[in-house]
Amino acid sequence: MEFFKIKRDIPFMRYGRLTTSISLVTFILAVLALGFKGLNLGIDFTGGILMEVRYAQPADLEAIRKTLEEQRIAEAAVQNFGTSRDVLIRLPLQKDTGATQSDQIFSALKAQDGTAELKRVEFVGPQVGKEMYESGGLALMLVAAGIMAYLAMRFAWRFAVAAMIANMHDIVIILGMFAFFEWEFTLSVLAGVLAILGYSVNESVVVFDRVRENFRKMRKAAVTEVIDNAITATMSRTIITHSMTQLMVLAMFFFGGDALHNFALALTIGIVFGIYSSVLVACPVVLALGVSRADLLLPEKEGLVDNRP
Amino acid sequence: MRNRFPLWKNLMVAAVLILGIIYALPNFFGEDPSVQVSAVRAAKVDDSLKVQVQGLLNAAGLKAKAVEMADKRMLIRFSDTESQLKASDVLNEKLGDTYTVALNLAPSTPSWLRAFGAKPMYLGLDLRGGVHFLLQVDMDAAIKQAEDRYAEDARSLLRENKIRYQSVEKQNGVIQVRLPDSNTLMQAQALLRRELRGLQIDVKEGENLLEGRLSDVERREIKRFAVAQNTTTLRNRVNELGVAEPVIQQQGEDRIVVQLPGVQDTARAKEILGATATLEFRLVDNEHPVPAEGEKPPLGSHLYRDRQNRPVLLERKIIVTGDQVVDAASGIDQQSGQPAVYVTLNSVGAKKMGDTTRENIGRAMAVVYIENKSETKEVNGQKVTTKKKVEEVINIATIRDRFSKRFQITGLDSTEEARNLALLLRAGALAAPVDIVEERTVGPSMGKENIDRGIKSNGYGFMAIAVFMILYYRMFGVFSILALGANVLLLVAVLSLLQATLTLPGLAGIALTVGMAIDANVLINERIREELRAGSTPHAAIHAGYERAFATILDSNVTTFVAGVALFLLGAGPVRGFALVLCIGILTSMFSAVLVSRALVNFTYGRQRKLVKIAV
Repeated sequence: MEFFKIKRDIPFMRYGRLTTSISLVTFILAVLALGFKGLNLGIDFTGGILMEVRYAQPADLEAIRKTLEEQRIAEAAVQNFGTSRDVLIRLPLQKDTGATQSDQIFSALKAQDGTAELKRVEFVGPQVGKEMYESGGLALMLVAAGIMAYLAMRFAWRFAVAAMIANMHDIVIILGMFAFFEWEFTLSVLAGVLAILGYSVNESVVVFDRVRENFRKMRKAAVTEVIDNAITATMSRTIITHSMTQLMVLAMFFFGGDALHNFALALTIGIVFGIYSSVLVACPVVLALGVSRADLLLPEKEGLVDNRP
Repeated sequence: MRNRFPLWKNLMVAAVLILGIIYALPNFFGEDPSVQVSAVRAAKVDDSLKVQVQGLLNAAGLKAKAVEMADKRMLIRFSDTESQLKASDVLNEKLGDTYTVALNLAPSTPSWLRAFGAKPMYLGLDLRGGVHFLLQVDMDAAIKQAEDRYAEDARSLLRENKIRYQSVEKQNGVIQVRLPDSNTLMQAQALLRRELRGLQIDVKEGENLLEGRLSDVERREIKRFAVAQNTTTLRNRVNELGVAEPVIQQQGEDRIVVQLPGVQDTARAKEILGATATLEFRLVDNEHPVPAEGEKPPLGSHLYRDRQNRPVLLERKIIVTGDQVVDAASGIDQQSGQPAVYVTLNSVGAKKMGDTTRENIGRAMAVVYIENKSETKEVNGQKVTTKKKVEEVINIATIRDRFSKRFQITGLDSTEEARNLALLLRAGALAAPVDIVEERTVGPSMGKENIDRGIKSNGYGFMAIAVFMILYYRMFGVFSILALGANVLLLVAVLSLLQATLTLPGLAGIALTVGMAIDANVLINERIREELRAGSTPHAAIHAGYERAFATILDSNVTTFVAGVALFLLGAGPVRGFALVLCIGILTSMFSAVLVSRALVNFTYGRQRKLVKIAV
């Protein structure tokens, strides 16, 4: 079986202006979403209490809300979660939020309905949440810097810059979508975003690798032809690899339960845009930066070039 | 040209896979319900204990599957949870005071595998239930306590050396010693400089004033000590709770992580961990009258309140503090029938207590209970956490005779309170108060669900990939899937070998690595197809496919690896577990994609000299 029997190279670079405009628009939309709506940060980052309680029968949310009010707990979000028997209670940091509050709340709930079973509790203090937020941002930058340094060393600075732009484009779009749809941004989503940072750059690397190889093989071809050929030749692999990873991510999305749900969601967006950006963002940017054969052919390697027709 | 591996390469691949199987295997043998007996303080875990335990079990008609000894720990395995629970009750009753008896789930790895040092992966709390606490040590309080101690020391040094002073006061972290003239100033300065090396002493000559500040070295030392002391104390307290395999670790400069697997009663755990209660024994000041409302207490005394909120004037000087308590047990006072705590002091404490009580027969002595609580209030829209110190006189007794090393405290409200107080005293004092800044509790059913979900999603994903790869690449798809299987095996083996903690994000990491690991195989297979299309012979195509794809695989994996390492270094908790799996997964996937699949290809096709067609 073979899906991609492409005889002639697809002139991707001819559409360069169009594709970069499209991604510029999505990018700007994502930035706007981030700017106006902001991320719906989970308690990992904001601090607060999150409790998951299971009942034997479908839970009476109104009764739970009333019990919480009697406990003089304001601003509590009570919602069903997964099934009608599971309830998620979220409390933002308030004046007497402390680790012992969850015990109070649970004993009140238990008094109201004896079947209540505490499945999990998360309490994050304000300081810890803030630190997580900061170290998350730092991790993002450090990963980006590390990857760029490696690419600059292994290829040429133009490739490093292009790969990074493509990569950041993916990250911003993931964040933008999370902001736009108000999906909860948790620590595991951040892990997903960081994984995409490594994963998405993979894509660009595979294409660049082929570009480098082509520069050596296709000595008379124009730069655009070289890039078009590289993209076309790796097309099949790009699609299949992404599909495989996506299969795994879908399995997590559907069977992994709530804890992995948003993580898988972030990865899905990252994978979809990763394909697009590695081909239709990274390459036009490299071209725009004025890449040439000289960038990749180091003098001492000249003798090793595969010159076979 | 034929594709063959030299013998050593085949042997190496085989050896790695066999090692992989050995070290991954323990994960498939479930767990034994068992009871863990560990020593508290000086108690010993030795053969005599083993004999004693076996005697107790026999008497109760319980049969242990195995009894294992380890450093300060004994593990008794059972075949069912019923006898485990019974045994725990029996042992707790008979050994309770000197040993901690805890329920445990011990991996039932067969002994021949354990001989290789093979152990299953350690499951994180989100996969088996339990509580995770992050405690913050209050460094400001530690510093303040140290300053108070220095002020007290300065006072007694001056007194002992008969240097007259006007006052010793503490203001904004500066200990001010006021002296009557320049002569005593010089004497005091020399004395304090010699004796209190942790203080940096400045002389204000015109005002006959000495100003002492904690030196930077001393500050650092106090902070370091506070965390170390608290870690030890918390370990003791957790021990008293009877938790199997708890984790108590310092994190960063001023935080301590406490993980209690299997703990359900989180309220009690919090009470025990967070309480910074300590006791102080002080003499009642009977020279001065109790000051009226709003009036300052006389110098050298301090005003306290008892449980009925009545004022009590006590001497500022502390006879003995809680950290000089070696042992404490709760019980019932024979005479009054009230709950009591029996206290044993260390030799320094016993001497001080003995001296003081001997000199003060007939006078009243008070026991002050001190507890640090924290409260968060909103001030001008800002959340401010304030520390509140609760000081309460719990007991006043007349000294009838000289106290020895052992004595008792009465006047407690309930036996429950006596038990908690005894526990706190026994576990030692915290050097500085701690606050719970993070708590994550996962119920046991949730833990099981998380494991099931993680394994399910990994399994389904793997199957879907296998079906597609085999349909799409036929024989080479089979090789790829076998290599992918080897990758999972090696990944599990390495994680078990490192005794890494497997968490839900870790399981997600395994899934993601599997998804990404297939990339290397796809690259190789595509390359082989491409070479065949370009007219290469099958052998040449296989060769070129692997050779050329390698550089690409290396590049793309290194970038992901870089991301993984940074994640590991900067990430907290769950992110770290994920990052570790990602990094190891990249290494194992490179090995399996390049070497394992190549070995399989070489084994299948390499023997045929003239290879006409390959199924790719």
